[in-house]
Amino acid sequence: MKITLRIWRQHHQDQPGAMEAYEVDEISPDMSFLEVLDLLNEDLTLNGGEPVAFDHDCREGICGMCSLVINGLAHGPEALTTTCQLYMRHFEDGQVIDVEPWRSTAFPVIRDLVVDRSALDRIIEAGGYVSAPTGAAADANAVTVPKKDADRAFDAAACIGCGACVAACPNGSASLFLGAKITHLGSLPQGQPERDERALAMVEQHDAEGFGGCTQIGECTAVCPAGIPLDMISQLNHDVLSGLKHQSGQ
Amino acid sequence: MSATDTKRGRVPVLRSSAVLHAVMAVGGLIMVLFLIAHMYGNLKVFAGQEAFDGYSAYLRTILEPLLPYAGALWILRVILLISVGAHIWAAFVLWHRSRAATAGGGGWRYQTTQNRRGVQRSYASFTMRWGGVTIALFVVYHLLHLTGNVIHPGGASDSAYERMVNGFSIWWVVLSYVIALIALGFHLRHGIWSAFASLGANTSIAVRRRLNGLAYVVTFVIIVGFLVPPLSILIGWVGA
Amino acid sequence: MNDYFTEGDPLQDTQDPGGPLKDRWDKRRFEAKLISPANRRKVSIIVIGTGLAGGSAAATLGEAGYNVKVFCYQDSARRAHSIAAQGGINAAKDYRNDGDSIHRLFYDTVKGGDYRSRESNVYRLAQVSAAIIDQAVAQGVPFAREYGGLLDTRSFGGVQVSRTFYARGQTGQQLLLGAYQALERQVGAGTVELNTRHEMLDLIVIDGKARGVVVRDMVTGEFETHLADAVVLASGGYGNVYYLSTNAMGCNVTASWRAHRKGAYFANPCYTQIHPTCIPVSGDHQSKLTLMSESLRNDGRIWVPVKAGDDRAPADIPEDERDYYLERVYPAFGNLVPRDVASRAAKKQCDEGRGVGPGGLGVYLDLTHAIKRLGRHVIEEKYGNLFDMYAKITDEDPYQAPMRIYPAIHYTMGGLWVDYDLQSSIPGLFVIGEANFSDHGANRLGASALMQGLADGYFVLPGTINDYLARNPLPADVDANHPAVVEAAEGVRERTERLLSINGSRSVDSFHKELGSIVWEYCGMERNAEGLSHAIEEIRRLRDEFWTDVKVTGVNEELNQSLERAGRVADFFGLAELMCIDALHREESCGAHFRSESQTEGGEALRQDEDFSYVAAWEFGGDGDEPVLHREHLEFENIKVQQRSYK
Ligand SMILES: Cc1cc2nc3c(=O)[nH]c(=O)nc-3n(C[C@H](O)[C@H](O)[C@H](O)COP(=O)(O)OP(=O)(O)OC[C@H]3O[C@@H](n4cnc5c(N)ncnc54)[C@H](O)[C@@H]3O)c2cc1C
Ligand code: HEM
Ligand code: HEM
Ligand code: SF4
Ligand code: F3S
Ligand code: FES
Repeated sequence: MKITLRIWRQHHQDQPGAMEAYEVDEISPDMSFLEVLDLLNEDLTLNGGEPVAFDHDCREGICGMCSLVINGLAHGPEALTTTCQLYMRHFEDGQVIDVEPWRSTAFPVIRDLVVDRSALDRIIEAGGYVSAPTGAAADANAVTVPKKDADRAFDAAACIGCGACVAACPNGSASLFLGAKITHLGSLPQGQPERDERALAMVEQHDAEGFGGCTQIGECTAVCPAGIPLDMISQLNHDVLSGLKHQSGQ
Repeated sequence: MSATDTKRGRVPVLRSSAVLHAVMAVGGLIMVLFLIAHMYGNLKVFAGQEAFDGYSAYLRTILEPLLPYAGALWILRVILLISVGAHIWAAFVLWHRSRAATAGGGGWRYQTTQNRRGVQRSYASFTMRWGGVTIALFVVYHLLHLTGNVIHPGGASDSAYERMVNGFSIWWVVLSYVIALIALGFHLRHGIWSAFASLGANTSIAVRRRLNGLAYVVTFVIIVGFLVPPLSILIGWVGA
Repeated sequence: MNDYFTEGDPLQDTQDPGGPLKDRWDKRRFEAKLISPANRRKVSIIVIGTGLAGGSAAATLGEAGYNVKVFCYQDSARRAHSIAAQGGINAAKDYRNDGDSIHRLFYDTVKGGDYRSRESNVYRLAQVSAAIIDQAVAQGVPFAREYGGLLDTRSFGGVQVSRTFYARGQTGQQLLLGAYQALERQVGAGTVELNTRHEMLDLIVIDGKARGVVVRDMVTGEFETHLADAVVLASGGYGNVYYLSTNAMGCNVTASWRAHRKGAYFANPCYTQIHPTCIPVSGDHQSKLTLMSESLRNDGRIWVPVKAGDDRAPADIPEDERDYYLERVYPAFGNLVPRDVASRAAKKQCDEGRGVGPGGLGVYLDLTHAIKRLGRHVIEEKYGNLFDMYAKITDEDPYQAPMRIYPAIHYTMGGLWVDYDLQSSIPGLFVIGEANFSDHGANRLGASALMQGLADGYFVLPGTINDYLARNPLPADVDANHPAVVEAAEGVRERTERLLSINGSRSVDSFHKELGSIVWEYCGMERNAEGLSHAIEEIRRLRDEFWTDVKVTGVNEELNQSLERAGRVADFFGLAELMCIDALHREESCGAHFRSESQTEGGEALRQDEDFSYVAAWEFGGDGDEPVLHREHLEFENIKVQQRSYK
């Protein structure tokens, strides 16, 4: 296959960027999208160009590091798929493919396709945990957890923290990421004692980082590789409101 | 990038987007209740001028003499005004934040022209803001017309019934209302389900389906209910 | 013996507390000096790595009140490669009442490691294993549960009890998120300073003690020096020396290798584990291999066609023309034999021409029987994400046809040598998780790396490092201007400049690929003296070529991924050579290390306990000089050493 890639090139955060076109030949349909970038970079390296910077690590869809907007869609056209797990058989010979970084004010571009997503970490830091210092835990089976709750918690905990939801959201909101963590911990008995404060603190941090609000558009769920459902955003709204209620009741 | 050295202050939760959305939702739902009542009132045109104007007068005498003339109506108006005010204020704050979050680009911030329409967004969900502005402009126009008697296509009158019949006998007046109602329909179609979701009621895929169904039904009833009187007047079923 | 190395003194002191096996850990903790909580704030610790080991250690040390600085090369602590672990984590909970116990976990681990690990360490690992599960559950890790609300477990390769706890096929992810969240909590509390996109490029040793690191800020290119009372390495394994592996693209040996060059012994580098159930390679473009969790072997049956070269579709091959070779050869364990045994068996089938798929490099892992027996939804519940991953990569539907699998490099049992306290041969340098050599001997059993990483981080290190800290505070007069600090930073800068100035004609990746194929060919699943000597020469040749002909683009003062990779590959050369030397000197087969010269008549690994019952700890001899071998003799007082048999 032969493909034309139009890639966002930006040398540095403070410099303007632009789309540049490259042709890549001899692509096999079994290649992953990132392997095509590898091929392009090999070529650029040997022929005096600057290789394209892009984030990736595990290349098996779990670390959440890869992050490309491909033809306007975060992680490309396949549902429930990260960029690293996107294979070229989903594209056509001769296709022109646009590749851009996640775009959001809270995710400044560092270089080319690499952005800074530390805002998501700071949201977790604000309250996305259970305070359980090492050594203080009771026996693991001391508290039973209904399977239904454990499953719901898992569905939420599957979020890989990639930030595609932000990249896709017309409001630049990280509500799906936020909702996933609030639902994960809020569905388990272990997460109950801090449930109110967690929701309030995480929402405060979310907004402080400059993410927008959610108007329930649902683009985020369409691109989310972990299949986090929209109702987890509603769970977040619920927990914030009930958190406020409990707070004012005190 | 050290995560610790770029720590930022937090936004107080009461001004957070999540809470502002709850405010919008409550305001929006109160407006929806008003619209249902309003639509019901409008249907009284079919009972004739006396009934309709009587109804209008009745509204102003509820709970008299406990409350002064038009007292109850003013209480309702104040609730409505607060709802509208809060809704619009929150809408603009959130609009501003969403522009800031996307460097002004919103849903069109990517260079590519492929997949401009996204995957999930519906026309309704994507036009909430401009749709809302359209509705607000319409309401001003509408108040000047039917409540304030300031603009009076087809002739002024002290009778609300007559104002309506006069106005809606003219095709472009009806058309302006129809356009506004279409905008309202889109706004409500997404707004009603979204209001429930913003309040935490979307708890599963099944519930989401039900809420969306509810939004369709309520929107349909409101729009059709509103459309019937002007169209009936235009084609001469009423008032002739 | 060969002349690639020199003999050093044997290692005598491992800080083993001695006494009855089950009391040793208590004894050690009691004897260790403590630091009062009020004084801990003044004591600083550097942790390299935020995986299960580093993340849990940093969080726990932060909770204890120490002043902790953590570094990782990814953009977030949550992305360490532990996130990719699929199958599960072992613990001697005996919730199943199926005969499990601390002693059995200990026994299984030592036996699984083919009697090449240290009894005291392994026993302690088994002792603390149960508390890991308690800890994780308290953090909100959503382990799989049964309808009664209690934790579910399953069995894993190499054992006959059901002691593996799991969270669908994403156990590593969930455990790591637990540790990561605990870590972020400490960051919020101000006890831990987290530095992402920072790569450690050298260790700072002052008066023989590890006192700091040189790191490169991967965004600005700035070289920073950080000092502390002690340094903890939790930088993961070195499987990427093979280029193609199940490790993440960024996994590297740099942190360990730089410490090795500064005096830390590297132990058993040739013990590298090949995982039997990976998706076969599809072409030369391939950048990485993907594991299919071996938990699939619980419900899956492995087979090849009886007839060599049989290219019918698997469904068309009747039962009596299939060879379920593991069930046939190892009736007691069947499909659940340990990894090394399963991997070699698969290779043998393929070598004999019965392999399936492109190039004949694959065997079937068949769950269609299980789908029929248990129903599709049960299988989906247990393995859904693995099936999806397989379908995505191969474009084949594993619910319809059996998967094809082939062994791939997956885990490295070797690593920096540590004593019972997890302290390396450089005082003040502690090594935890996959980066150290401890506990797994010559072969690791499934689901025990997560256990070891978390045991080290949550419980063991926090119980031993205090003794060192209490006795060896950082001298007050040491600061960034200390000659050793300046020299280390200068060394890193010079090396970086050198890499950038070569401006040759080959890319970094092309060297990495070539190096990987040499190591895979001669120091992979099967090794022999001739191949290994050849490999050593090849590696040296390639290393020289690298230093004269590599092309690294760009400059240092920017995000430069080409430069990052070049530094890592440069260190892999040194390691690859040492691996081959180690493999060459160990003329026995044991666990994952299979020397074709040393096998039983049935083709199983043949140990030679007389000569090789020791840990090979290598001291860096200097550039161009031979490494020095220090032997740590292994004693087995509590387990009878036997020829391993899974028949
Ligand atoms: C695909 C796969 C599946 C697995 N499944 C299982 C399983 O089911 N059960 C099981 O028990 N084990 C499993 N394992 C093994 C297990 O996951 C690993 O051994 C374990 O997670 C290693 O943890 P760690 O904390 O030591 O290292 P890692 O998680 O690899 O963390 C290394 C850390 O060090 C940092 N780092 C590395 N080098 C540097 C440097 N130079 N400078 C700064 N930072 C650096 C990295 O950023 C990272 O944070 C699996 C492994 C793989 C690859
Ligand atoms: C200037 C006028 C208006 C503007 C700018 C505006 C804008 C918006 C916006 C941006 C939303 C957010 C959508 C979301 O949260 O999903 C919204 C929601 C809503 N609007 Fe309006 N609107 C206006 C007037 C109205 C009017 C007149 C009504 C009722 C008749 C109304 C009813 C609703 C409802 C019910 C919602 C859902 C609330 C929620 O989701 O939280 N709006 N509006
Ligand atoms: C075809 C449709 C409509 C008709 C025939 C209609 C008719 C009227 C009439 C006759 C009045 C005056 C009542 C009185 O003064 O007693 C009125 C008031 C009003 N209408 Fe409508 N209306 C329509 C649609 C709408 C819509 C779509 C909205 C809002 C989105 C709206 C908002 C209002 C408001 C806010 C008032 C003022 C109420 C008050 O003064 O308390 N109307 N309408
Ligand atoms: S919610 Fe989905 S899209 Fe958003 S960060 Fe998590 S996995 Fe990525
Ligand atoms: S796309 Fe954005 S508006 Fe909400 S539903 Fe998703 S966060
Ligand atoms: S590289 Fe890890 S998810 Fe894509």
